Amino acid sequence: MRIFFDPEVLAAAWPGIRSGIGVTLALALSSIAAGVALGLVLATIRALLRGAPLRPVGGLIAAYADVFRALPPLVLLVVLYFAAPFAGIELSGFLAAFAALGLVLGASAEEIFWAGITSVNRGQWEAALSTGLSRSAAFRRVVLPQAVRLTIPPLTNRAIATGKNTALASVVAVPEVLNQAASVQAQTASPAPLLLAAGVYVALFLPLVRAGRWLETRFPTR
Amino acid sequence: MSEFLQTFLNLQVMAESAGLLLRGLWVTVQACLIVIPAGVLGGAGLALSQTLAPPLAARLLSWGVDLVRAFPPLVLLVLIVHGLPFLGVEPPPLLGVGIALTINTSTYYGEILRAGIVSIERTQWEAARSTGLGTTATLRYVILPQAVRNVLPDLAGNTLEAVKLTSLASVVALPDLLRMARVAQGVHFNPSPLILAAVLYLALLWPLVRLVRRLGGRAVLPA
Repeated sequence: MRIFFDPEVLAAAWPGIRSGIGVTLALALSSIAAGVALGLVLATIRALLRGAPLRPVGGLIAAYADVFRALPPLVLLVVLYFAAPFAGIELSGFLAAFAALGLVLGASAEEIFWAGITSVNRGQWEAALSTGLSRSAAFRRVVLPQAVRLTIPPLTNRAIATGKNTALASVVAVPEVLNQAASVQAQTASPAPLLLAAGVYVALFLPLVRAGRWLETRFPTR
Repeated sequence: MSEFLQTFLNLQVMAESAGLLLRGLWVTVQACLIVIPAGVLGGAGLALSQTLAPPLAARLLSWGVDLVRAFPPLVLLVLIVHGLPFLGVEPPPLLGVGIALTINTSTYYGEILRAGIVSIERTQWEAARSTGLGTTATLRYVILPQAVRNVLPDLAGNTLEAVKLTSLASVVALPDLLRMARVAQGVHFNPSPLILAAVLYLALLWPLVRLVRRLGGRAVLPA
């Protein structure tokens, strides 16, 4: 049992893992912000162009959502990191992970916002337009506020999943929590650093998972 | 443009690495064949025990489920595959991957099935019991058929996630599709095998994405 909690190894592993927490948080927060923003922008474009002559744009956005839902995030990350340099685009591990996680979250967020927007009754649009609001004002002030309510629980869950997926960045040598733990594990041939990292992830994500569960009962989506 | 094609869609490299990638695809399929049925079974076990257990035990179980879900799947995988040998247990790689991913995905299947069971009205239980059916028979003949039908889209959605999850196996050196693509990329010093692997994943999963959409699945599952 001692080998799993070797205090010397744990002490040696802690500084690296502690600095890894900062990297994990930075990657998580930046890709969540980018992904949610991307999803909102795409869903807005799709909603404002609905029925307009630019309809194919909506189809393109839907196709993007489908493709990035079908691709495993790790496959996307590996392609971005290992294939892009052949095109002369040298992404750092952090940037590649940020792009992969942001694009994947953007696809789910677009679907979530879109589902929220389409669930708002058509009459709300018509009523808003008939009061003299422009299309974009009707969208911004009437439809979106009602749609967002429905998006909160699934969006929270997707954001948590994105946060957990930051562990994938260890594959492209980003010094986040898992990567730091794995490198100490390799030096010391002890499983203790991995257990410490696991404890860090539980401390970070268990409260969020519980909060997500609470939100689902608070704002039921179906 | 032709230089771009030579680099990213090099047909010769793709043809030469096709054998390797197909072998990898077969390993990915094997992993799916382990993880999906085992995950559904484990999930059914979790959902049933949460339904039938006394309230306190059910709450403890829900904390346990959330504890597993707090782990990034890759962390769980690395912990099990690199941690078990220190306990003197060294399962073959495919089995180790199967165990780790099954633990992860069964918590999701479990939550979905539990939501399905909860969605069935209490009167269905009462009606079934009043006809003389026991608890097991009520679950089996009355509750579960309706519950599963109610959450079929979400079950399909989680199956999609489970297939995507198997790509993590490449990290612990299981020679799956993604791993073989990296090997082929190294051999040819050309990224075409990676592109081919991405296309294979798309070909494998696109129909599933469309199916989930047709079933009217929730766009997004719990974290």
